[in-house]
Amino acid sequence: MERLDPTLALASGPSKSTSRSAQVMAGLALLLGVVYLFGLHPFNQPPVLVAAVGLLLSAAVIADRPSGDPLSGSRLGKSLIFGGLAFGVLALAGLWRVIPDWILLTVSTGAVCAGTVVLARARYGHGSGGIRNHGVFTTPMLSRGGVAWIAAIVLTGFYVLLYWFPQSLEGIIRTIDPISYTLRGVPSDQWFMYGTFYSLAVLVMGVRALYRYRHDRYQRWRTVSVILAQGFLAYLLPHILAAFNEPEFYFSYFWPLKPEYLWPGDFGSGWIWNHPGRLGRFMVIWGAVISFVGVPVLTYYFGKRWYCSWVCGCGCLAETAGDPYRHLADSSVRSWQIERWMIHGVLVLVTFGTAILWINSAMEGGLLGSFSGGFARVYGFVFGSVFAGVIGVGFYPLMGARVWCRFGCPQAAILGLIQRFYSRFRITTNGGQCISCGNCTTYCEMGIDVRWYAQRGQNIVRASCVGCGMCASVCPRGVLKLENSSLEGRLNGPVLITSDEVDVLEEDWAASVSWK
Amino acid sequence: MRIVIVGNGITGVTAARHVRKAADHSITIISGETDFHFARTALMYIYMGDLRYEDTKPYADEFWARNGLELVLGHAVRVDTAARCVVLASGERVSYDRLLLATGSVPNRFGWEGEYAEGVQGLYSLQDLERMEASTTDVTSAVVVGGGLIGVEMAEMLATRGIDVTFVVREQRYMEYLLAPDESSLVESAIRAHGVTLELGAELKRIEVDEAGRACATHLTDGRRIEGSFVGLAVGVRPRIDLAKASGIESGLGILVDDHFRTSTENVFAAGDCAEFRKPFPGRKPVEQLWYTGRSQGRQVAAGLLGSPQAYEPPLFFNSAKFFDLEYQTYGIVPAAVSEGQQEQFWTDGERSIRIVYRSADQVVLGVNAFGIRLRQNVWSHWLRNGATLDRVLAGFDQCLFDPEFTLRMEVAA
Repeated sequence: MERLDPTLALASGPSKSTSRSAQVMAGLALLLGVVYLFGLHPFNQPPVLVAAVGLLLSAAVIADRPSGDPLSGSRLGKSLIFGGLAFGVLALAGLWRVIPDWILLTVSTGAVCAGTVVLARARYGHGSGGIRNHGVFTTPMLSRGGVAWIAAIVLTGFYVLLYWFPQSLEGIIRTIDPISYTLRGVPSDQWFMYGTFYSLAVLVMGVRALYRYRHDRYQRWRTVSVILAQGFLAYLLPHILAAFNEPEFYFSYFWPLKPEYLWPGDFGSGWIWNHPGRLGRFMVIWGAVISFVGVPVLTYYFGKRWYCSWVCGCGCLAETAGDPYRHLADSSVRSWQIERWMIHGVLVLVTFGTAILWINSAMEGGLLGSFSGGFARVYGFVFGSVFAGVIGVGFYPLMGARVWCRFGCPQAAILGLIQRFYSRFRITTNGGQCISCGNCTTYCEMGIDVRWYAQRGQNIVRASCVGCGMCASVCPRGVLKLENSSLEGRLNGPVLITSDEVDVLEEDWAASVSWK
Repeated sequence: MRIVIVGNGITGVTAARHVRKAADHSITIISGETDFHFARTALMYIYMGDLRYEDTKPYADEFWARNGLELVLGHAVRVDTAARCVVLASGERVSYDRLLLATGSVPNRFGWEGEYAEGVQGLYSLQDLERMEASTTDVTSAVVVGGGLIGVEMAEMLATRGIDVTFVVREQRYMEYLLAPDESSLVESAIRAHGVTLELGAELKRIEVDEAGRACATHLTDGRRIEGSFVGLAVGVRPRIDLAKASGIESGLGILVDDHFRTSTENVFAAGDCAEFRKPFPGRKPVEQLWYTGRSQGRQVAAGLLGSPQAYEPPLFFNSAKFFDLEYQTYGIVPAAVSEGQQEQFWTDGERSIRIVYRSADQVVLGVNAFGIRLRQNVWSHWLRNGATLDRVLAGFDQCLFDPEFTLRMEVAA
């Protein structure tokens, strides 16, 4: 007999208030750390020390158990996370010169990762598993509380430093050198450091997702896929290629998410194509074939999920590190309207831009002169950096993990159009079983009002659906099922509104449709 | 034409939507519970922190005004059938041409000592949930009485907050009136796996109340005393008929209606939980307090409100529930134990199960119970309506599965 994790207790008792004060202290400590990271040095070293002490204290407070209550996995996990963060701050501060920074940072990262896994195991690892969204809306970190705002500021701050002040991250970048030398024989730079932490986040939070959804084999396979896709296609392979003096090419990204792979000239595919040996040409052709043949064919058969929630790097992070924030996506009609204008606007822009660049290239600079490189840079800055990075990931704790995917990604726009109009994929609604509880809508990371369709007995065929399957997982009545089937009957009417469910159920589905 | 509906639950709201689709009559929905319709089925998720109250509203707040559905927050105390108006507690009078009473249910109490003490309650309305929230803040152990669907929900709600729950169930095995022994034991393990102490064959005698007037322990008929300052009474619900009674509208257990949902008073209809059929349908209870039934009747009674009442024919029976992590679906007729002329087949892998009941004479399938396995409703409806035989069902069993992709199938074969 196993009890539900008592730390999930929502009742405000002593345990809750301790945990809250620990969270506030940790948040303040992190904020101080960010101030330091920005190089502001308002109080020189002492604030950093204060931050570290604060974090350590939080770790101790959390680990401190009420009498008779054994040190539970979740307390241990939490103290590892906070203790690890404290070590990280110490490392950044350059204190403890006796110990090399990379050791401190390895200890710090290791402790945070181990803590996350221990916490996940304690929360989700017991019994036979099931949906555990209890307390999501009463936990400040998950429901836009103070700590969530602090986390968003820290994350956003990290992206600002990464894109515009990489020199301030020199300390962290250097600590990754051993990995960088092993993998590709050169010192680390900010992008290698970023890729390393990104992949690590996908791995560790992926393990958490595996614990959390281990009763659901669709979620398990999908999580394994995102961990491998990120770790291999978007991290190891490009850097191994670089080690062999080949272009650092990402096989899991292509135009228009990675528009430069089909842009002419040195800022685009030009240098890959002209790379000595044949691999460069293969890469450019591979990219073009995936963009124009792979995307429509795979999306016809499987919907956009084959990419967005199984392969894409942005999706990999959203489905793992972003998993705790699914419910923060706005599901109002208004946000749907904004979404459609924005995402298709970006698609038009990148398509138009690509065309202009090629015309300019064909005219040998007759259209834009030397400005084509400028367009490429501006697009890369606005969409690659600000939208996808700073807002896309920085706002995870406030707006959910799919802000970029939903409002900005031109790749998602193309996949969505195909999914909406010509695909075998749909989410089938199970007759009249829906009880309108709202779990599906609430936990849809794309902000789709799934219940609106489900309670009408209507299938869900929406351009933005990434096929993560969470609506089907959280549904307490088995109402929703993701499936690829024939185009016929895919867009069914709202059967519970226009007629009695009984009439519709008379239809000879079993004979006319193969549910393979 | 003024149509007034008392009750904004699933029955009242479904009726309102169907009337609106067919005509532009004035429609007013009166509720003493909430401003807007919400999913009663999701009450437990609010308590557990899975959802917020606003997430349980199936329609955005703008929906009602946009569709010309006037909402009145107020408690209806009497229907003045002569003057054709509903009298609210505030004294306000809302006049109607046709009236629907969809007042739902109230939790049962059976006169136990201490049943009205602080910390003792059922769970039906949003107010019940608020009360439960307030009275469980500092509770460390609780007792839930009654093994129905509300009881198991209350047990789960309390357990997720780390409260020690003793679940007192009168039956010798869980839902023995509905389930086969193997099915009962699946549910019993699901309940116990979450740390809930399940006491089968146990009956409530009285609730002990402390000096402050608050429940502090529960006494069973076998003499045992169980600590717990919160007592969930989930011993069924009964139709809410006080409004009908105060208005001279005939009622029995529920508000009495014919098969057109007409009450004893002209132009007054009743449907959903609160309605009792004068002549029950074959194989069905006169009062069927199920959410799905409420929705179905709401759709049917709309015809009456539109002026052309239609005879109700209950749709093929189906229901669903979730016992902690164990999902349950049922279609058709599935008695706890098969009767004369019936046979059954049962498959289980220890965590999931399927039970199919069929007629011995011609092997025609009558119904199915599924635990931990999602079934496709339209396939099962098709089979049950068209007299599919057991062989036919088993041969095409893959067609009726609705589990997520990659789910390992349980072997189901003759």
